Amino acid sequence: MEENKIINPWGDDKNYTTLNLGPTHPATHGIFQNVLTMDGEKIIEAQPTIGYIHRAFEKIAERRPYYQITPLTDRLNYCSAPINNAGWFMTVEKLLGVEIPKRVDYMRIIVMELARITDHLICNSVIGVDSGALTGFTYIFQEREAVYEIYEEISGARLTTNMGRIGGFERDFSATAIKKLKEFLIRFPKKLKEFENLLLRNRIFMDRTINVGGITAEKALNSGFTGPNLRAAGVDYDVRVTDPYCSYQDFDFDVPVGTNGDVYDRFCVRNEEMRQSIKLIQYALDNLPEGNYHADLPDFYLPPKEKVYNNMEALIYHFKIVMGEIDMPKGEVYYAVEGANGELGFYLISDGGRTPFRLHFRRPCFIYYQAYADMIKGGLLSDAILTMSSMNVIAGELDA
Amino acid sequence: MTDQNKYTKVAAPEGYSGPGFMATSLDKVVGLARKNSIWPLPFATSCCGIEFMSTMASNYDLGRFGSERLSFSPRQADLLMVMGTIAKKMGPILQQIYEQMAEPRWVIAVGACASSGGIFDTHSVLQGIDRVIPVDVYVPGCPPRPEQILDGVIKIQELVESESLRRRDSQEYKDLLASYGINQVWKKEEPKTIK
Amino acid sequence: MDNNYVLQKIRQYFDGFVLGYEELSGILTITVKPVVINDLISYLKKEPEPGFNFLTDICGVHYPDQENELGVVYHLHNMKNNMRIRIKTFVTREYPIVPTITWIYAAANWMERETYDFYGIEFEGHPNLKRILNVEYLDYFPMRKDYAMEDPTREDKDNRYFGR
Repeated sequence: MEENKIINPWGDDKNYTTLNLGPTHPATHGIFQNVLTMDGEKIIEAQPTIGYIHRAFEKIAERRPYYQITPLTDRLNYCSAPINNAGWFMTVEKLLGVEIPKRVDYMRIIVMELARITDHLICNSVIGVDSGALTGFTYIFQEREAVYEIYEEISGARLTTNMGRIGGFERDFSATAIKKLKEFLIRFPKKLKEFENLLLRNRIFMDRTINVGGITAEKALNSGFTGPNLRAAGVDYDVRVTDPYCSYQDFDFDVPVGTNGDVYDRFCVRNEEMRQSIKLIQYALDNLPEGNYHADLPDFYLPPKEKVYNNMEALIYHFKIVMGEIDMPKGEVYYAVEGANGELGFYLISDGGRTPFRLHFRRPCFIYYQAYADMIKGGLLSDAILTMSSMNVIAGELDA
Repeated sequence: MTDQNKYTKVAAPEGYSGPGFMATSLDKVVGLARKNSIWPLPFATSCCGIEFMSTMASNYDLGRFGSERLSFSPRQADLLMVMGTIAKKMGPILQQIYEQMAEPRWVIAVGACASSGGIFDTHSVLQGIDRVIPVDVYVPGCPPRPEQILDGVIKIQELVESESLRRRDSQEYKDLLASYGINQVWKKEEPKTIK
Repeated sequence: MDNNYVLQKIRQYFDGFVLGYEELSGILTITVKPVVINDLISYLKKEPEPGFNFLTDICGVHYPDQENELGVVYHLHNMKNNMRIRIKTFVTREYPIVPTITWIYAAANWMERETYDFYGIEFEGHPNLKRILNVEYLDYFPMRKDYAMEDPTREDKDNRYFGR
């Protein structure tokens, strides 16, 4: 009918519809909105809106002493909180210029690789859910419960772990923790194989995911992609290999790389990375060096509780550290770790006071989500949902 | 053959029973049916959402309490579970979702951020969802363990069981919704024609 | 190729515009005038010798004591040789205009929007400079040091109980 015709700026005669996807939508795992202009089932243009969970981390960080910032970093990529914690502590240790014992490095690697496994587990099972396979999701959450038990043994919390201290860990790995790790390393590869049998060489899954949501290597590099999304496109950039930190140079592991950058490649890259993480944890656990579980930093490392209750000097140090009355040196540091989604960077400017002058998080999700609008142009709506879940966009990291 | 003594049957409501009949009041029966078949709407925004996924999974199993089927559409949901931080940008949208839910409806605020803003006392975070919608049960924690979320759902079940059938007509309820500026009945809007 | 080589090349071509340089925690940090940002960054990207083919980050800084208060910090990365470089540029509060680099790196699009949202620095030539993370009707730039962390419009929390 004449009066209902939408006048479209493309000037042609077609009748495009506008579809609002989100912000609350069961298929978008997170809170972001996309206003899609569609020609039937095909997407012509997408306008993303984010910021629905903006919590102003960078403003909060300017008001908090260095130890109180760790719970904030937990909530950036909350599916793999120990990586964020370890990255923050390593940034502060670089600012202080301290040497960390090898045992701490290996313990940190064990914890970070466990976190990487949990994050990739969620992402892969969610790709399964979005392409119609809900079984994998229920199998996988049992494995996450096993890892939660290990986190509880080491740090006390399940999800937002707040793990570690400046200079190391608050306690050594207890015998229960090592036993649970060993049990996990025996049980998990079998469960991963079960999950792979469901999806990896499944004809239906491959038909639904190959050549969907692809991106070329050049475009990915230009758009700031890092992590599994970039490696699936063909560029083998991994911060653990290019710029090794935390004794990763002692370890021998492969970096899986895809070819097309489509959903299937991302699924396979994450799957293979989980296997490599198992290898890393096994090697670190077998060769855990002797030594102290923290560096010798009386100014920044909280003293043990028995001393605090009995010794006056330890009590004074405890008070000063918890209240943040210790001054930090001046300086500017940029430190990058390989998060589960890519290069997680911490840019810290310290002017000598008890709180940072400026703390900026280089969040990989925020940077690669820009390219989403381009990636889904010309595709179908269901493929757009699958592309979004395969890119593993975590709302906490997107909006910070 | 399963051992019948191992299963806890749902307790019958108070009433007068005799051979072949039981007399009780209608709202008790309706309350019993409602409390064991709540359809939640998981409004998961951040970290508490991951703990909710653990609650739904097989280890802590929310499905035992009758909430096996999640409803993502507000029109067919009974319980709005708000899990995670709600920013000011999201507040009006949360109010719209609450308005679309049909009566009877309950709201549970899971986590410190939904209850009171949590650790984020900033310019962009809503300090508690009870600024925009009325809340029935608050579950503190950051994030709360799945057992705590289940405890919150059990408390909601107690509320559901004892809710009066005509709550929507009571003056107290109408005043409460009016104080939030929420229209009680979702009105269909006339579609606008574009010239 | 190391920091000194890159510094020498930059001073050779852009000498009049370099306001200062230092090495902070192993990364060469150069402060330049805003007008030369486009030429400098496209030189650093396109020439194979510096070859900084990846834009890691753009963020803003506010130093209230300086005359040029608002700053923009660019981090670039040369993946082949694993070298990083940091480029800073400062503008005043009254005239906070910096040229955009979205035509060099597509990743700069949202990063510049975030810097505008937090500090109010306007990027000349940006295709869509709107607020990205905060609500659209926010009328101030929250990361500047003049503003407190808490919401200025709330009236319920009594500061006596919150230790402020």
